[in-house]
Amino acid sequence: MNPRLLPLAVTVLIFVVAYAVCYAQFPAMLSTRVIGNLLTDNAFLGIAAVGMTFVIISGGIDLSVGSVIAFTGVFITVMLRDTSLHPLAVFAILLGLTTLFGAAMGMIIHVLRMPPFIVTLAGMFLARGLAYILSVDSVPITHPFYEWLQSLYWLLPGKGRLTLIGGLMLLVFAFGILLAHRTRFGANVFALGGGVQTARLMGVPVARTTVAIYALSGFLAGLSGIVFSLYTSAGYSLAAVGVELDAIAAVVIGGTLLTGGSGFVAGTLIGVLIMGLIQTYIIFDGTLSSWWTKIVIGALLLVFIMLQKGLLSLADRRRSLRASGNT
Amino acid sequence: MNGTLARFGRRIAPQLVTLAVVVAMIGIVFPGFFDISIANGRLYGSPIDILNRGAPVALLAIGMTLVIATGGIDLSVGAVMAICGAIAATLIVDGYSLPATLALSLGAGLLCGLWNGLLVAVLGIQPIVATLILMVAGRGIAQLVTEGMIRTFSHHGFASLGSGNLLWLPTPVVIWVCAGILATLVVRRTALGMLIEAVGINRRASMLAGVNARLLIVTVYMVSGLCAAMAGLIVTADIRGADANNAGLFLELDAILAVVVGGTSLLGGHFSLIASLIGAMIIQAINTGILVAGFPPEFNLVIKACIVLAILVLQSPALQGAAMLFSRTKGQP
Repeated sequence: MNPRLLPLAVTVLIFVVAYAVCYAQFPAMLSTRVIGNLLTDNAFLGIAAVGMTFVIISGGIDLSVGSVIAFTGVFITVMLRDTSLHPLAVFAILLGLTTLFGAAMGMIIHVLRMPPFIVTLAGMFLARGLAYILSVDSVPITHPFYEWLQSLYWLLPGKGRLTLIGGLMLLVFAFGILLAHRTRFGANVFALGGGVQTARLMGVPVARTTVAIYALSGFLAGLSGIVFSLYTSAGYSLAAVGVELDAIAAVVIGGTLLTGGSGFVAGTLIGVLIMGLIQTYIIFDGTLSSWWTKIVIGALLLVFIMLQKGLLSLADRRRSLRASGNT
Repeated sequence: MNGTLARFGRRIAPQLVTLAVVVAMIGIVFPGFFDISIANGRLYGSPIDILNRGAPVALLAIGMTLVIATGGIDLSVGAVMAICGAIAATLIVDGYSLPATLALSLGAGLLCGLWNGLLVAVLGIQPIVATLILMVAGRGIAQLVTEGMIRTFSHHGFASLGSGNLLWLPTPVVIWVCAGILATLVVRRTALGMLIEAVGINRRASMLAGVNARLLIVTVYMVSGLCAAMAGLIVTADIRGADANNAGLFLELDAILAVVVGGTSLLGGHFSLIASLIGAMIIQAINTGILVAGFPPEFNLVIKACIVLAILVLQSPALQGAAMLFSRTKGQP
C-alpha cells in the first residue's frame, strides 16, 4: 500500500471504531437524526477546515480563520440592521472582502518573505479588532430571508434532517477534493508544500499560487462565518475564538502533514466528524464534562503527529537503503 | 568593554525610542500620566501600573525569547499559565502551605516545558506543532484540575504575590525585573547565550561543533514553562482565583509579539532579553495608553495589528536585502 495513504486509512479506522464503540453503548447514535445533527453542528468548522487544508498542504498556516468568522457575523448583522440591502447582496460584499483580506495576507507572505504564522497572526488581530469596532454587543439577526434559509432541510430516511448548512459543508468538501486532487492549482499547492525552490524550478507560479491559497482560505472563512451566523442567528465579536486551532487539529487528524506537501481534503472531513463525534458522545453520556473534548483532541493530535513522524523516517530509511543499493 | 556597551545601546535603541514615543504620546493626550505618588508604602501612578500589568507578558517574554532564539516557538504558555494557576489555587484551598504550593506549581510548569522540549528535541517534531498539542489539551487539563469551577481562595500570603508590595513596588514588578536580571546574567555571563544562538542559527553545525543541542533545547522549553508558571501564579494571585478558561488566554500571542517587537527574529539566532522586556512594556503601554486616552478599547487589536505589520515590513528579509544592496552600492563609488 502507498505509505501516503496510511494516515488516511488510520483516520478512517479510528472513526469507524469510535462510531462502533458509541453505537454499542447508545444504539441511537446510528440514527440519521444524530448524523444530520453531526453535519449541521460542525458545518462552519468543516468549511473553514477545507481552506486550512489547502494552506497547510502548501506548507503554511492561517491563524486568522476564527477572527474572520467573528468579523463576518458582526458585519452581516450590522449591514442588515443599518442598511436595507438584501442578505444575498451582503453575502456577496462580505465574501469579496474576506477573499481580498486573505489575498492581502498571501501577498505580504510572498513579497516580504515572512513566516505565515506571524503574518496571519496580524490578520487575526486585525479581523477581531474590526469586528469589535463594528459592534461590541451580540446582535441578533431577524430577517425573514434568514429564517427561510434556516428552515430549509432535506428529510433523510429515518426522520433525520440534512440542513442547508450541513449540505453546504458537504458541497464545499466535494469542491475542495476536486480542486486539490484534480486541477492544476491543486498540483501547484502540493508542489509548493514540497519545497518553494523546487516548485519554482518546476515552473509553478509561486506568487500567484500563494496569493490564491490564502484568498481561498479567506473566502472559505467568510463562507464559514455566514454558516456560523445562520447557525447561531447572531453576530458577536467574541464568537468563534480558537476555531483556527480546531480547524488545524481536524486537518492534522485527517492525515495532512503539517510540514506540507502531502494531505487529503477528504481526510479533513473525517477529522471534523471525529471531533464532532467526541462532543456528541459526551452529550449522550451526560456525566462526562466537556473539557474531556480538548484532552481527547490533544491526545489524538499527538497520536497522529507521532504516526506521521514514524512514516516520514520510514520513508527516509527506505530511500537511503535504495540509494545505497544502487551504488 | 565600552565597545560592547555601545553595541548593546545600538541594539536596544529602536525599542527604547519606540517606548519613549508611545509614553510621550500618552503624556500629551493625558497630562496627568506621569504623576507618581506614594501611599500605603508603595508607589502609585500610571507608569507603575504599566510595569505591574505588563508582568505576565514580561515573564512569558523571557522564556519565549530563549525558545525563539533556538529557532522554536512555544504556543502552550497560555495554557501552562492556566494549568499552574489551577494547581496553585486547588492546593491552597486544600490547605497546603504556601512554599509547597509554589514549589508544586512551578514544578508543574517545568514538567510542561519538559514535555514540549522532549517532543521538539528528541522526537524532532516542528515546534509549532509540538506545542500546539499542549495548547489544545492544556486548558482541558486545567479544567480537570479545578473540576470545571472557578476556584477562589483567601490566602493572604499567596494573594500578596499578585497584589502585594515589595520595596515600594508591586510584587509582580519585582518578580519580573528580578527574573529578567537573573536570566540575562545567566545567558550573558556564561557561554549559554552564545550556544543558544548557535543552535538557532544552525542546529546541525552547532552539533558538529560539539554543542549538546538536544539538552539545550529541552532546557529552554523548561525555562519557558517555568516562566509561564510564574506568570500563571501572579495572575491567579491577583484575582484570587483560578479561571481555567480565561487565565492567560491569547497571552502566548502577546509574548511572541513582545519578542518580535524586541527585534529577535522568529527564524532564530541573535536575541536580546532586555529588548524583549522593553517590547513587553511597549505593548502594555499601548494597552494602557488607549485606555487613558479615552479611545474605546476596541481599537486595541487594530493598533496591535498595524504595529505587527510595520515591524514585519522592517524585519523582512526582502527589505533588508534591498537595504544591504543599497548600502553596498553607496560604499563603492
